[in-house]
Amino acid sequence: MRPFDYVRARDIAGAVAAAAEPGAAYLAAGTNLLDLMKGGVSRPTRLVDITRLPGLAAVTATQGGGLRIGALARNSDLAHDQAFARAYPAVAEALLSGASAQLRNAATAAGNVMQRTRCPYFADTASACNKRRPGAGCEARGGETRLSAVLGWSEHCIATHPSDFCVPLVALDAVVEIASPAGSREVPLEAFHLLPGDAPERETVLEPGELVTALRLPAEAAAFAGHSRYLKVRDRTSYAFAVVSAAAALRLDGPRIAEARLALGGVALKPWRARAAEAALAGREPDATAFRDAADAALAGATPSGDNGFKIELARRIVARALTLAAAGTPERLPALPASAFAPIPGAASP
Amino acid sequence: MTDTASRPDPAPRPLRQGSSIGQPLTRRDGVLKVTGAARYAADHSPPGMLHAVMAVSRIARGRVAHLDVAAAEAHPGVVAVMTPRNAPRLARHPDEKGDPFTFRLDLLQDDRVRYANQPVAVVVAETLEAATEGAALLAPRFEAEPPATGLDADGRFVPGAIGIGDPPDVVKGDVEAGLAAASRRIEATYETAAQYHNALEPHAVVASWDGDRLSLEMPSQGLAMAQGRIAGLFGIDPGDVHIRSPFLGGGFGSKGMVAGPQVLGIMAARLVGRPVKLVMRREQMFGPVGHRAPTRQTLRLGTDEAGALTALDHHSLTASSTFDDFFEPSGGVSHTLYAAPAIATRHEAVRLDTGTPLFMRAPGEASGSAALESAVDEMAQACGMDPLAFRLRNYAEAEPVSGKPFSSKALRECYAQGAERFGWSARPLAPRQMRDEAGLLVGWGLGTATFPALMFQAQARAELRASGDATVEIGAIDMGQGAWTSLAQIAAEELGLDIDRIDFRIGSSDLPDGGIAGGSAHTATAGAAIHGAAAQVVAQLAALATADPASPLYGAGNAGVVARGGRLLRRDDEGRGEDFVAILARAGRGAVEGRGTGAPDPAARDAYAMHAHGAVFAEVKVDPDLGQIRATRLVGAFAAGRIINPRLVRSQYYGGMIWGVSFALQEQAVMDPRSGRPMNANLAEYHVPVNADVPSLEAILVEEADPHVNPLGIKGVGEIGVTGTAGAIANAVWHATGIRVRSLPITLDRLL
Repeated sequence: MRPFDYVRARDIAGAVAAAAEPGAAYLAAGTNLLDLMKGGVSRPTRLVDITRLPGLAAVTATQGGGLRIGALARNSDLAHDQAFARAYPAVAEALLSGASAQLRNAATAAGNVMQRTRCPYFADTASACNKRRPGAGCEARGGETRLSAVLGWSEHCIATHPSDFCVPLVALDAVVEIASPAGSREVPLEAFHLLPGDAPERETVLEPGELVTALRLPAEAAAFAGHSRYLKVRDRTSYAFAVVSAAAALRLDGPRIAEARLALGGVALKPWRARAAEAALAGREPDATAFRDAADAALAGATPSGDNGFKIELARRIVARALTLAAAGTPERLPALPASAFAPIPGAASP
Repeated sequence: MTDTASRPDPAPRPLRQGSSIGQPLTRRDGVLKVTGAARYAADHSPPGMLHAVMAVSRIARGRVAHLDVAAAEAHPGVVAVMTPRNAPRLARHPDEKGDPFTFRLDLLQDDRVRYANQPVAVVVAETLEAATEGAALLAPRFEAEPPATGLDADGRFVPGAIGIGDPPDVVKGDVEAGLAAASRRIEATYETAAQYHNALEPHAVVASWDGDRLSLEMPSQGLAMAQGRIAGLFGIDPGDVHIRSPFLGGGFGSKGMVAGPQVLGIMAARLVGRPVKLVMRREQMFGPVGHRAPTRQTLRLGTDEAGALTALDHHSLTASSTFDDFFEPSGGVSHTLYAAPAIATRHEAVRLDTGTPLFMRAPGEASGSAALESAVDEMAQACGMDPLAFRLRNYAEAEPVSGKPFSSKALRECYAQGAERFGWSARPLAPRQMRDEAGLLVGWGLGTATFPALMFQAQARAELRASGDATVEIGAIDMGQGAWTSLAQIAAEELGLDIDRIDFRIGSSDLPDGGIAGGSAHTATAGAAIHGAAAQVVAQLAALATADPASPLYGAGNAGVVARGGRLLRRDDEGRGEDFVAILARAGRGAVEGRGTGAPDPAARDAYAMHAHGAVFAEVKVDPDLGQIRATRLVGAFAAGRIINPRLVRSQYYGGMIWGVSFALQEQAVMDPRSGRPMNANLAEYHVPVNADVPSLEAILVEEADPHVNPLGIKGVGEIGVTGTAGAIANAVWHATGIRVRSLPITLDRLL
């Protein structure tokens, strides 16, 4: 087999020190990394196993009224935590719509944020990919592009970020806590993932050795609990990545929208916060016209990166639907098929 | 338990409601499978065994320019690197053709690359990890040539034969005149996607040589054919090839012929002089083990004022590889289903730089039915007729192209029972009329299912011993369909013994040739052989008893007795009988043996058209804005002659119908047109239905007695479920949305 070092970290400082050398990678559940290693896509020379770091799986209230999600919190534990789901229903819905039950049982919160793109040209080592080998070119361009990006892409990379979890998180102003060799720092999730530009190999703001230790939701995030939904449209009912998804959260003030949050998944190399759409909704009544305007605003800058123009119109419709669902109110219980389009359509004509 | 090939069930504890034909026995190997005790080929690890891993081509056409053999050989644990420079020479070149089931294999005889994922080297090592890394270290470099991809490739031609030896063009009557005379006409072109075999168990082999004697643990749907092919390649006697294949993790046609990678495992064992295991990686399945080729089918139909077909023209374009011939025979369904006075089917093909397409569950019928059933629906719509009424108007009382009567055909009953159960009569004629309480569009569609009732060749041996126990042996194959159970039920019925008194042996090439488990013909063929062997045993018992003045059966004559419950009974007076043990004891016989053969009856096949039929009713729901589609309800009513085990038969229908869901809505290999490489060669991105995609399923077993098809009256059930279903779902999508999508699978982007 291909040799690599395996280091089991005892504490965060030790982990960060062990991972500071080039070629090192952190290992948590490994649901993504180990597959990539088997396929020769990732070839770390050292794995720093952080699964035994104490306290890193904890989910705790912060002093300011927010929530701190430890990096190692399991996707399914988090989603099935009743209090969590009540406060952040769109996040729970997004978690439960990801991957499969088996993967969710293993996969961690920070691992979800750190997962790599599903672009087939990234996964196929015989293809040119600027992410895998800077300067090699992007063979996805002109190839199979049905699921490629429509926002924020560059000629160097048209891949998308595949996470569901990150979409409502970015809408709710989540913050990434990072342990660094020099101490610790934090970055808004919205600024954590990088658009490809001319350096698609650089995927996040993390510097060598830096470790995501937690994701933090601010206190105001829970204010959207009554009107928060995640909607994921995909080619099969489970175990499929989003064609396009959206998280919508509203804070209502009487008949009007006091504040709206909106983010899209499956459209760009990062979870896509649609701030222009949010601005377009503020102060409006939550109706179809407002939602259509928001959808147009959200996709205003979108362009196909190949044979995927349909995703732009689909994204508009998903935004409008997600906002409609959010305005109708968060359901008492999570739907049987979380984030599925196969939930009742508010206001739709019945026979 | 030491010998799974002969004893499936060390402690049989099935829920038993009688063991004879017609009883819904649970799988006799079920406990073994759910406890992990059933050992599949790759579960075997003989002493001294090495692991083999293939390196495969990353181009679709060209040659291997360089392999870093030294790097692989230097890797700790690597024992040998097999490439064209040292691969064992074969007694027969693997490109040499033989019988119609001999397909060309890529066995490292030269450096040519003919498709992506073609094996280009095999690394053999002490561990799987070392072999895997050794294969990576080979870092093949290629000289690539531009590949031919897609049905628009140059060089369209008419193949010499389609399927296995069928003519590419079949014409009955004057289609152009029929179309010209029609008062209504439709013409439409449908596309079906390339699909790749992905049985849960990938192809595998564990090969052990002892001189020229070869022992194989290897999943195979056809043991004697595999034996013959392997013996030919290695220049040894077929009798020296011993294959054990007691359990398959799915075959679906891909294990009908021995696959190239399996032969490579055998070659590797020859090269290193130790047993070798080779298991294909999932992504390697997208190349060397057969697939369903894409099709583009143009149908032209015409009817008179009353909706009776005047002509049916079915043109198919498909693809084979550049180096071998297999052409998906999509037009065949149009020969048998609808009573048009003029029918023409034609096939053309292009050659692509892919592996050779081969048999994949209902090859021809699945893709052809998807197109034909859609076209029939469009024709019904043009006539303003209900799709079921239209099909009944054009019901074929005799096989349309051949003019032969059907040996049996209960399709009318299938339509009636399925429609009743589904509630079809409430269907609005126009599309986009139904919504559910959630606001989703609802549509209902119908497809007719059909599959020929084939027979191949098989032999069986039965022995009844003085103890009253029997042994029945046949090299039959359980690939998940339940042969361990259903064939044993046939043996029990014909011998007049409880199933637990029979040592039932299948799944080994050392047993009498059980033929191929394919073409939905295995239960019929192997069952007929077992029937014949058992009948010989009973006849000998009868001869002993009826000629013996000491027997209560004396003088009854051979035809005057029947075997049941371990006894021979007088037909005219079942109170008079004698048990097998007493008959053999008095005759001083330790055992009696019978041999039987299953084979088609040429006279009957000359006189009759033989097909199973069915009607599949589908409900889909579609999100009106987002285009997301789900099948929500399927009712299939099938008539397939005599049913040996209704539980297992339902399971086959369910599985086939789920394949239909996959065909209609999900499954497609995505090839990069520039490189010819499949870009979704994994089960995360090559979609087949997950449980949440499987709708409410119902399979109705419609009674049908067929005195002509074979001695047991059995038609096959393995493949028919995938036919009809894909078309029914496509028709339901139209009915839900008013949008006719003519390219399968129907994905949500086509409905926006």
